[in-house]
Amino acid sequence: MRRTVAAVLRKELRLELRAPQAVPAMALFSVTTLVVFHFALQRGQVDGDLAAGVLWVTLLFAAMLGTSRLFVADHEEGGLDGFLLAPVDRTALLVAKALALLGFLAAVEVVAVPAFALLLLGPTPDPGAVAALVLVLLLADAGVAIIGTLVSALAVQTRARDLIVPLLALPLLIPVVIAAARATTPLFLAGGSEAVPARWLAILGLYDLVFGLLAYAVFDYLVED
Amino acid sequence: MLYGTRLRSLSLLTAVTLTAGFGLAFFYAPMDADQGFMQKIFYVHVPLAIVALGGFVFGGVMAVQHLRTRDARYDLRSYVAIHLSLVLGAGVLITGSIWAKASWGHWWVWDEPTLVSFLVVFLLYATYQPLRFSIEDPERQARYASVFAVTAGAFVPLNFLAVRLAQAYTHPRVFATANGGLPAKMQLPFYLCLIGMALLFATLWKYEMASKHTSAQLRSLRRKLGGDDAGATHGRTAAPSLRTSS
Repeated sequence: MRRTVAAVLRKELRLELRAPQAVPAMALFSVTTLVVFHFALQRGQVDGDLAAGVLWVTLLFAAMLGTSRLFVADHEEGGLDGFLLAPVDRTALLVAKALALLGFLAAVEVVAVPAFALLLLGPTPDPGAVAALVLVLLLADAGVAIIGTLVSALAVQTRARDLIVPLLALPLLIPVVIAAARATTPLFLAGGSEAVPARWLAILGLYDLVFGLLAYAVFDYLVED
Repeated sequence: MLYGTRLRSLSLLTAVTLTAGFGLAFFYAPMDADQGFMQKIFYVHVPLAIVALGGFVFGGVMAVQHLRTRDARYDLRSYVAIHLSLVLGAGVLITGSIWAKASWGHWWVWDEPTLVSFLVVFLLYATYQPLRFSIEDPERQARYASVFAVTAGAFVPLNFLAVRLAQAYTHPRVFATANGGLPAKMQLPFYLCLIGMALLFATLWKYEMASKHTSAQLRSLRRKLGGDDAGATHGRTAAPSLRTSS
């Protein structure tokens, strides 16, 4: 199981490194979205709940972009068939794809979050706030990666693939948006950052756990043929 | 399996229970001190919402059964339940909106957590039909729809939890829980309406199941008489088609 996951993950990352497709597009998209927010909100600087909202909408929509491409190459080039022929556990594909998506999201955030801080964020966060932000990002990304992998595997076999992914994933991710936006709001306050309320981290953790187990339970039915 | 049996008695029971429930709601239950007559919509809105959510969960349970047994009949049960719950869900949103307008003056209120959660659930389940439509292969369509129904079924309670917690302050919830803040004279009509609405769901579900089975049988009979072309379905549908062996 662990070796299979490592092999599939290595293949995903190598593919992305040799011919970067998802990560640059997502990063570019998120920076462009920040610019769009600047003009649409008609503001030079944001703070507090508005800042948290801008950040999460940007990251979520960028994630949708990468999610809909996640299984496309495997589907079109026969990678899925090859995987199904191999005598390995199918769950390995779920874990590897989710880890790959998590890696892509983290790579995008390395670009998008500093860009957000530079372009739009009013108050400058202190190191403690940055550490808390990284924790929230990690917990939220895990949820996005799990749901993204599940929805992407579901949508890749449909005709309207790119339409189905955001339609399915966005309502499913609303609890993540609620918790992540609430958790990051205190970090961006104009009068200096405050501590992240623990219950939103608990909600994010609970969400990751529930949907992680659920994805584990149902994923086998999505990659049968 | 026959779905057409006892439809008449079930329909009668539903009609009697709902009429009695609404009758009691209007003539027996006391007027609400704050909201007056408008509060009567509570006897439609809340039972509808509970039954719709129950229908979604029932669809999820049937989907689990379908994934476990690979029996197409469970897929049909899940499909009909979700499809009916969506129709009831539209009713919930409309009645909730009317109630919000009457008691708070706005058609939509974002700090009413239950209604907001319901909207999110409704939006999620609204993609069930497009998902089915976009998968050609019937077997795969059934399997994927079931995976969706299971995921969405698990999502319902988690979403309600998250939205509820997101309200820093909630409206004074007169009807916090069904039996919590409800006066005794309101309880009886409410429960009667709830049972009536559940019966209505069961009746409509049985009707649609019976109809789907009958048309599947009709199709297979036609096919026997007039060759393969005669059994083709007309129009665009994402409903699971049963292969009856009659």
